Amino acid sequence: MGLLTNLRDSITRVTDRLFAEDEPKRIGIYGPPNAGKTTLANRIARDWTGDAVGPESHIPHETRRARRKENVEIERNGKSVTIDIVDTPGVTTKVDYKEFLDHDMEKDDAVKRSREATEGVAEAMHWLREDVDGVIYVLDSTTDPFTQVNTMLIGIIESQDLPVLIFANKVDLDDSDVKRISDAFPQHETVPLSALEGDNMDEVYEKIAEYFG
Amino acid sequence: MPEATTPDDGDAGDGVRLDLISGARMEGLTSMEKIRLILDSVRDGDIVVLEAGLSPEEESKLIEVTMTEISPDDFSGIEIETYPSTHQPNQGLMGRLLGKEESPNKLTVIGPANQIETLHKDEDLISALVSRR
Repeated sequence: MGLLTNLRDSITRVTDRLFAEDEPKRIGIYGPPNAGKTTLANRIARDWTGDAVGPESHIPHETRRARRKENVEIERNGKSVTIDIVDTPGVTTKVDYKEFLDHDMEKDDAVKRSREATEGVAEAMHWLREDVDGVIYVLDSTTDPFTQVNTMLIGIIESQDLPVLIFANKVDLDDSDVKRISDAFPQHETVPLSALEGDNMDEVYEKIAEYFG
Repeated sequence: MPEATTPDDGDAGDGVRLDLISGARMEGLTSMEKIRLILDSVRDGDIVVLEAGLSPEEESKLIEVTMTEISPDDFSGIEIETYPSTHQPNQGLMGRLLGKEESPNKLTVIGPANQIETLHKDEDLISALVSRR
């Protein structure tokens, strides 16, 4: 990309943000499949609006199209922030329909699911470059965070100058290791939580208000 | 459209071909030409090694385009590993305003997801298992 194009895009982005101060911030919830993104999105949406965002499942790629919950007003420590939560499909570089067959799914359904998942990931990647004001990056604290997809995604988010909060989810499980995540991405703050159990949600909301308010 | 190899390279038979692409070759290409070059090779079952890696925006587009090309029983996506890390945490707004490019000092290995499996990666070694076509 040339200098003039870079300059124009950067100025457009900055002015868009300045003039959009009163608009809700679009906060994308990104991360690998099965990290608990939809569970977290539902927890936040239920806590502040009473409604859920979408269905949750242990099968990978349950969320295949991005879902948005608009005008979620979060209040913490006298500070209020209104955000649109965008729950995105788990980002990956590969989708094989055969992995869904292990979940008692017929081939036609598995193929359909994989097609929807690939469309959803492509859409989520496009939005990351064009349409979000901040990112909540959700990781499963029981698994190794130092994967190429995580590294690439964090690098892409940083290159967009987007504010990012890393959430280490599933701390209710015995093999959770939050330090492994904070060690993998030391340049960002890591917040431990269990979206399923609702553990540490006070700190989650404090950080959302602080980072995106 | 640029190609990674020439037609007289010969048939790789049942082996696995490795395309080592220099930074100089990638330098003159647009983002989409780079992505096409990579995906055309990977979809043929080849492993691509990029001397100069990709920028974060190009990596994002590579994932997006890869997703649009996945099809059942034909192409299930890519495995990608980069050495060293693509982290560039200090690149700020001024860097982007001035058109600052990402450091090219990274080596990227990309292959078909159904043929390449990363066995081990640390700060100075990527170990991968590549199966035959």
